[in-house]
Amino acid sequence: MDDLLGEFLTETSESLEVIDSELVRFEREPNNSEILDNVFRLVHTIKGTCGFLGLPRLELLAHAAETLMGTYRDGAEVTGDGVSTILNSIDRIKMILGELEENQEEPQGDDQDLIDPLLVLAGVKQAPGGGEAQPGAQAAAAETPEVKGEQEAAEASENVAEQPASQGEAGDEEDKLDDKGGPMGRELKPGEVSLEELEAAFAAAEGPESVPEPETKKPEKPAKKKPKAERAKASQTIRVNVQTIETLMTMVSELVLTRNQLLEISRRHEDNEFEVPLQRLSNVTGELQEGVMQTRMQPIGNAWGKLPRIVRDLSLELERPIELEMQGAETELDRQVLELIRDPLTHMVRNSADHGIEPPEVRKAAGKPKTGTIKVSAFHEGGHIIIEIADDGKGLNTAKLREKALEKGVRSEAELEEMSDSQVNKLIFDAGFSTAEKVTSVSGRGVGMDVVRTNIELIGGTIDLHSVEGQGTAVRIKIPLTLAIIPALIIETAGERFAIPQLAVTELVRAHPGGANSIEVIKDAEVLRLRETLLPLVRLAHLLDMNRPEDDNEEKTARDMKRAENTFIVVTRVGAQEFGIVVDEVFHTEEIVVKPMSGMLKEVSMFSGNTIMGDGSVIMIVDPNGVAQAVAQGVGTDPSACLEDETPSDEGATNSLLLFQAGGEEPKAVPLSLVTRLEEFELASIERAGEQHMVQYRGRLMPLVYVNESTKNHKEGRLPMLVFSEGERSMGLVVDRIVDIVDDRLDLHVEPSEPGFLGSAIIAGKATEILDVGHFLPMAFSDWFEQKERESRTPRRILYAEDSGFFRNMIVPVLKGAGFAVTVCEDGVEAFERVKNGETFDLVVTDIEMPNMDGFTLAKLLQGDKNARDWPVIALSAFAGPQAERRAQEVGMFAYVAKFDRRGLIDALKRAGQSGEVEIAA
Amino acid sequence: MSGHAGDGSGRQFVTIRLGGQLIGMPIEKVQDVFFPDNFTHVPLASEKIAGILNLRGRIVTIVDLSRIMGTDAVNQTITERPAVGVICDNESYGLLTDTLGEVVTLSDDLFEANPVNIDPDWAQLCLGAYRLENELLMVLDVDSLIAGLLRKDAA
Repeated sequence: MDDLLGEFLTETSESLEVIDSELVRFEREPNNSEILDNVFRLVHTIKGTCGFLGLPRLELLAHAAETLMGTYRDGAEVTGDGVSTILNSIDRIKMILGELEENQEEPQGDDQDLIDPLLVLAGVKQAPGGGEAQPGAQAAAAETPEVKGEQEAAEASENVAEQPASQGEAGDEEDKLDDKGGPMGRELKPGEVSLEELEAAFAAAEGPESVPEPETKKPEKPAKKKPKAERAKASQTIRVNVQTIETLMTMVSELVLTRNQLLEISRRHEDNEFEVPLQRLSNVTGELQEGVMQTRMQPIGNAWGKLPRIVRDLSLELERPIELEMQGAETELDRQVLELIRDPLTHMVRNSADHGIEPPEVRKAAGKPKTGTIKVSAFHEGGHIIIEIADDGKGLNTAKLREKALEKGVRSEAELEEMSDSQVNKLIFDAGFSTAEKVTSVSGRGVGMDVVRTNIELIGGTIDLHSVEGQGTAVRIKIPLTLAIIPALIIETAGERFAIPQLAVTELVRAHPGGANSIEVIKDAEVLRLRETLLPLVRLAHLLDMNRPEDDNEEKTARDMKRAENTFIVVTRVGAQEFGIVVDEVFHTEEIVVKPMSGMLKEVSMFSGNTIMGDGSVIMIVDPNGVAQAVAQGVGTDPSACLEDETPSDEGATNSLLLFQAGGEEPKAVPLSLVTRLEEFELASIERAGEQHMVQYRGRLMPLVYVNESTKNHKEGRLPMLVFSEGERSMGLVVDRIVDIVDDRLDLHVEPSEPGFLGSAIIAGKATEILDVGHFLPMAFSDWFEQKERESRTPRRILYAEDSGFFRNMIVPVLKGAGFAVTVCEDGVEAFERVKNGETFDLVVTDIEMPNMDGFTLAKLLQGDKNARDWPVIALSAFAGPQAERRAQEVGMFAYVAKFDRRGLIDALKRAGQSGEVEIAA
Repeated sequence: MSGHAGDGSGRQFVTIRLGGQLIGMPIEKVQDVFFPDNFTHVPLASEKIAGILNLRGRIVTIVDLSRIMGTDAVNQTITERPAVGVICDNESYGLLTDTLGEVVTLSDDLFEANPVNIDPDWAQLCLGAYRLENELLMVLDVDSLIAGLLRKDAA
């Protein structure tokens, strides 16, 4: 009996899942008799099996549900109430099944609370339906003969069906069933029948079906259809224990390894008689591997089978009509992956329903259709599966996220200020973050999205989020097809082999010194000129800290020599980030069996796992994601930051900072964008004019200023300097040593300790003083600022609103340098007050993120002021992105410039000045 | 003091030496003993992890006991040092020792708790001591050793 019960439980729980989603579909398409037939059949099967196994409680409940569905089949109106009640019954059945699984017997109690409403609902139109099961307690006994009756009917109908179909196969199948003898053979199996096959069966049975329909009793109908579908199915599929497949997979993995070993041996002995059979073995192994992988593949629809039900229930609970669209349910992926994404998917759909979709009245007010839509889609893209969950709800409230992040201490104010909207949005993936105003039963407990991200990352996937306030949120998950066997590139560096997953590799480049593909160096950062772009490079050996100290110099040079001649660059792409991994040697591509890393090594983020090679040795699999992170954090230093071309800091959250030493070991820093060039000069070449030191630079004399005065007395050697240029003028700021260029947040902590510095910040983990360029410029040209002001006869006036003292100190010199008289305000409110009080300006420069009133609001207010209407407004923000720029345009801003983009700011000022003049002239 | 499996009255231990100290591991914990040839160094990993290797299709993490117990490193390359194979939570580990001794059976009445004055690291990793005739045998708590490494490296 145990086996029977086990089989019953497995099949029934599968059936129930189908019923769940089918019912939800049915509610929306009440005229689709196909769905109803399917559901009816499944419920009927459950009922029948329960009767056979002696499970009276389940049977009664299933029977009542079936009765109600029977009335629907006979044309009764389908109500949400009715479907809810049936769904509740299904839940109860699941609960009972759970207990059954644990204790091998039905739990005590009865389900009259559900059976009564079911029968009342059914009885509205068809009293017999209610009457049939009313006897209640003794129904179990009463039921058994009925089941038998059905079986007989089923058999009878089989014979009917067979005549027109006249399939020999079907006949055979039936014989087998008859051999088994037990009617339960028939009752148990139908759970496996898929819709298509059922349809096929319907099609085959059309003739006879139409005849008995009007007069037969309803339970007979499904019974009649079952056996045919069953026959079609039984010959095509068998049930296999998951464990069997897993074992098979392990065996195949081992086989692949052994094959690789043999191939390696064969490669060493060229021209041997094993080659041909080995090739065949290799092919067969490959096919076997593919076959076994195929058995592990499951349509992703299996993972989201529960979603329609969940969305329906949420829709009712939250009183918001929600439509769930699903696309690509047939997309297949490895069952291991499937299991791992099931919960994250469910969670995200819940989130969309609860946080995303607004109540209907809000939607209506916003001009959106009353019914919200959640769209789940899956498709293949370049060896990955992409799953998207999109809703057309309210989107993420970035401002609220910022508040929340601050309140919860997830990020500091300064950090937030420098984060772009999309970065802020991604904070929801941080631990302990929830923006729902109140905790509902659905979500809002702040556990979830971080778990989602962790789960996805665990399987080597990535998660990305795109949200437009008022328009909706889309989450994009990218996951690998399978985890078990992947193609990988085998490379060597510092004498050790590593595997790099082929998926991440876009091309291989061999570097020739002096040739077309030569590695160039900017400061310490290496880059490769690859076609039209500069590719940042990172040396794997350096990244893995593998420059072994015990190497004596001679050996090292020898290796360096070899490296110079023989360097390969593995061009790798992770998301939008592309970089080159420099390795010593590239071997070949191989199918490797991924073995998970030992728990003790999990903290080494550079590796995603390890694998056993053909020769039996273990090698590490490099994790491209880990390398990408290291590249971004500046281990290799982003080369675009070092170009002379003052690229604006593109990330918003971090700034490229030049670290140097001047007087003492402590690092000092200056935003790289303020520096025009880095130069080195011979001390002997210094020319002195009184106290002023100069060097000849690009055909002119350039004044030098020393950050550390004691350097002034050095007579020999070379010293580095930072060149600052402004129009025709340049000055050199002499430092002791240029240390590095890093990307880091600029978070000013401490007030200045000495003149020439704005304060200090933690950069690359060290307390670092930030240079005040404005302090040194006048030391080279005492009239650095004044001169500009003289040039334009009437100094133009700028209203500058900025809450951060640091940026005020940074920007004001730039503005003054461009010849403006600057009025500084601490926020939008103060700025607007000045305007209201009648002060006039030629230009407004404003920060976006400010307390009390932000830049956008200020711009809007200025638009509405009759004096200020024509003043060009330049937004200055750490907070770049097309979205913000669009917004800036919407509120009529003249330009939108990233902080630290000095050249961009000056350009904008110039253009604004011109446009102003035009207007004045007109 | 070496005994046979059939003694019945005591427990059996695989003995090793670390920095001269005799250490025993309960025999039921020990899978096998091997020399770690052809092992792979793991860059960036803690120095307590000597590397990983393939032992009959299983990937084994080699843990350097002398680094963990803080005993003097012996003048031998890793491949010359024997490792004791253990399995914890379905993961395989090899505990790298200095030298390998024999299997001994010790009666329970020779057992004593850790003396209070021993090295606190040792107190964490040892279950207690057996008083042998000529010396003491410390009993290594393999589970807490592995768990400790997993914890420390996860943090």
